[in-house]
Amino acid sequence: MKLRASNASSRVLLAVFIAFLLVGPLFLSPFYITLLNYIGLYAMVALGLVLLTGVAGLTSFGQAAFVGLGAYTTAMLTSPQTLPQWISWAQGSPWLSLVIGLIITLAVALVLGGLTLRLSGHYLPLGTIAWGLSIYYVFGSVEGLGGHTGITDIPSISIFGYRLHEGGQIFYLIWAVLLLAMLGIRNLLDSREGRAIRTLRGGMLMAEAMGINTARSRMVAFVIAALLACVSGWLYAHMQRFVNPNPFGLNMGIEYLFMTVVGGASYLWGAVAGAAVFTVLGEWLQDILPHLLGQSGNFEIVVFGVLMILVLHRARGGLWPVLRRLFPASRRHHEIDLSAEPLPRRSMPPRGEVILRAEGVTRRFGGLVANNAMSLEVRAGEILALIGPNGAGKSTMFNQLSGVDTPTAGKITFLGHSIAGRPAREVARLGMSRTFQHVRLLPRMSVLENVAIGAHLRGERGILAAAARLDRTEEARLLAEAARQVERVGLKQYMHDEAGSLALGQQRLLEIARALASDPCLLLLDEPAAGLRYHEKQALAQLLDRLRAEGMGILLVEHDMEFVMGLVDRVVVMDFGEKIAEGLPEEIQHNPAVLEAYLGGVDE
Amino acid sequence: MNAQILLLLGQDGITNGAVYALLALSIVLVFAVTRVLFIPQGEFVTFGALAMGAIQAGKPTTLIWLVVAMAVAEAVLDAVAFVRKRPSRQVLCRAALKLVCPLVVAVLLYTLPLAELPMVVQALLTIALIVPMGPQIYRLFYQPIASASTLVLLIISLAVHLALVGLGLLIFGPQGVRNPPFTDAVFQIGPMMLNSQTIWVLVVSIILIVFLFIFFERTLYGKALRAVAFNRVGARLMGIRPAYAGKLTFFLAALIGTVSGILISPITTLYYDSGFVISLKGFVGSIIGGLASYPVAAAGALLVGLLESFSSFWASTYKEIIVFTLIIPFLLWRSLTSHHIEEEDEE
Repeated sequence: MKLRASNASSRVLLAVFIAFLLVGPLFLSPFYITLLNYIGLYAMVALGLVLLTGVAGLTSFGQAAFVGLGAYTTAMLTSPQTLPQWISWAQGSPWLSLVIGLIITLAVALVLGGLTLRLSGHYLPLGTIAWGLSIYYVFGSVEGLGGHTGITDIPSISIFGYRLHEGGQIFYLIWAVLLLAMLGIRNLLDSREGRAIRTLRGGMLMAEAMGINTARSRMVAFVIAALLACVSGWLYAHMQRFVNPNPFGLNMGIEYLFMTVVGGASYLWGAVAGAAVFTVLGEWLQDILPHLLGQSGNFEIVVFGVLMILVLHRARGGLWPVLRRLFPASRRHHEIDLSAEPLPRRSMPPRGEVILRAEGVTRRFGGLVANNAMSLEVRAGEILALIGPNGAGKSTMFNQLSGVDTPTAGKITFLGHSIAGRPAREVARLGMSRTFQHVRLLPRMSVLENVAIGAHLRGERGILAAAARLDRTEEARLLAEAARQVERVGLKQYMHDEAGSLALGQQRLLEIARALASDPCLLLLDEPAAGLRYHEKQALAQLLDRLRAEGMGILLVEHDMEFVMGLVDRVVVMDFGEKIAEGLPEEIQHNPAVLEAYLGGVDE
Repeated sequence: MNAQILLLLGQDGITNGAVYALLALSIVLVFAVTRVLFIPQGEFVTFGALAMGAIQAGKPTTLIWLVVAMAVAEAVLDAVAFVRKRPSRQVLCRAALKLVCPLVVAVLLYTLPLAELPMVVQALLTIALIVPMGPQIYRLFYQPIASASTLVLLIISLAVHLALVGLGLLIFGPQGVRNPPFTDAVFQIGPMMLNSQTIWVLVVSIILIVFLFIFFERTLYGKALRAVAFNRVGARLMGIRPAYAGKLTFFLAALIGTVSGILISPITTLYYDSGFVISLKGFVGSIIGGLASYPVAAAGALLVGLLESFSSFWASTYKEIIVFTLIIPFLLWRSLTSHHIEEEDEE
């Protein structure tokens, strides 16, 4: 996900666009105004899909059903044809019905999301297809919803007594809502909660280790997309003044997703571009195709289908990045205010106290015993190395300690809490942080933002605060903290570069910075020195030495013996899933069992 | 409700369920081998029924020109590939065959007295007409991005589905078709009237399932497909080309779809856009089987058929709603039993 660059040239373009919207209705013919209204309504739904698909990597073909939910709720509650007795006191106020529609949509989205969001990628879209079809049948067959003829006589919306009767009037409301929604989502994505959503695509394991509740973040994205669709439906109903089931069928749900992908699913303006292309192209095709083919029918879906396939084959990113190349814009840098009040720190346990204790940890995979009765302790202010030949079970042990995996038997206590089998994010909350053997970061996000993910648990401002920019004080503190950690590991000059552009060794340092940003008292490092050059290793050793001096406990799994022996306080050696030795580095270097494990038997 | 109705509904449900089961098996197979959620599966059913109807009415359907067009597109792609790498004679022959076959079918369609042919020949002609579309669709739409994420492949599936529905309307028109049954006999077994078409559906379904079973268990091609489904990279290292496995799978999917269409067209009226809902019922079955287990998927599809037939008796308006909400308890169950965080590959 790239945030839109906001330098001078794109600001001018935005201003021109808004000016066009402001004066447009004064000189455009009703036909074009209607076209623009549809573009705005479709773009609103597509915007939700940008968040859901482009950013969070989830998808839904059922958005049209949410649009229908918004439209039918307001139609039911405002049309004299169907107005129920219990709400007649409101005299069919569209604003009240909007609130009710949003509440209903929220409830439905929570139920549906709860059912499918925890499953792997493809169940969600399949679930939404089934749901999209079902609700379409409900609209068509439930008595009281007007069947296939629908509901008529829906009143127009009025704002402060000013009725939005004409297409050119509701036009302003549609585009104002759309632009506000775009602004809100842009703000959200550039915040603590937004970063959490941005980890969902390809970084969930890492996100959980940083304390992010990814299930909740998925739900947030899903609910926002549903609510945007609902608002679009509400506006649609009051623009058309009647509703019937047709525009809320599954075909439309599929087209919404196509719009998003064709426009550019990773870009907020891609939603507008996609909606514009589909609306204009659809209008044009509906005109010419029947003449061309000599029969009537919605043949434009053939063109849309083929267009979609071509886009996915040739330009997976969609149209927006292509358009944007015409107006090159530089990436926006985050401003870092180092004078922001530092985040509160956790109180460190006294030096020498045992903070992590594993007792008799056993992990079986079927018949294979990867860890057998492993015990180890890490104290505050010491570095413990876990070493062993390849396949000794070090990584499995690491996973048991960090909450990724659950031991078959045994106890793990961290700061007095039993953590065996607890999810990684709860362990993170207690003050344990980690890096990964295979670097896990978000390659297209800046170094600074990647590190800020580590500080997730140290902030608390939520989605609404982020969308309204009420979170800036906290955000400045989080970014300042992230910047400090980036500097601490020696990556200051790469602060605003894409994380994916760093060399592997630097990416490992970034992971350490990210772990440090969570203010841990125990750091688990999985092969931190792999891929580092000599000087980088020295710098890393110095950094770890400083952290130890500050009272942090560090457990590292490492292959580089030179690095380990010169740095650590104690060593635990594993082979075939069991501990074969434990002691000071010098002792370990002369331990016959260790020598045999590494070099083979000495009697040959 | 008396026993008579119960038996009637049960018979209906099992007949439809058998067809859904075929589709569910095909969907699981395609997903296992290619990771494609093959939504257009249902279009083969409708095309099979509608093309059979056209042939029985003595009309050479214009669908053949779509097949020819796709064959030409494929030949162009092949030719481009041949410029880069000189093909062996065998490859060249196969490419030529792919182009010639649809043309032969076209000639047959326009010269034979279609309406007078025996029904078996009409059915074989329908199969020869439609089944090549399976590998063609794979070659043209999926193969160029075969390694993309499941999600992208699903979007392609929906795009192909939309395009095929639109073309179906263009080719067959909006009117539905209900073909005459294979045979007219009706059997009386105890209190139950057994329609001969029901027997045809069940027998052909069982034959197809047995055929698939033998194919996968006993033949080298079948084993190759199973290997790809089990471990894509490993299979590739053993010399099984993913593109070939994909085309073979889509061939089977098209065959199963077309045969299903021919089977059920005497039982229910099919329109150009009926395929989607039929396909989704297959999907409900395969989701019940976790998109992995063939027997559970088939059993799930039978359940869908029965549920559909009984709900059409009790609450016909809500028939489709009831069927599609059936997946919710199964999704819930899967959701509650899976705990780990699944990492989707970034495309």
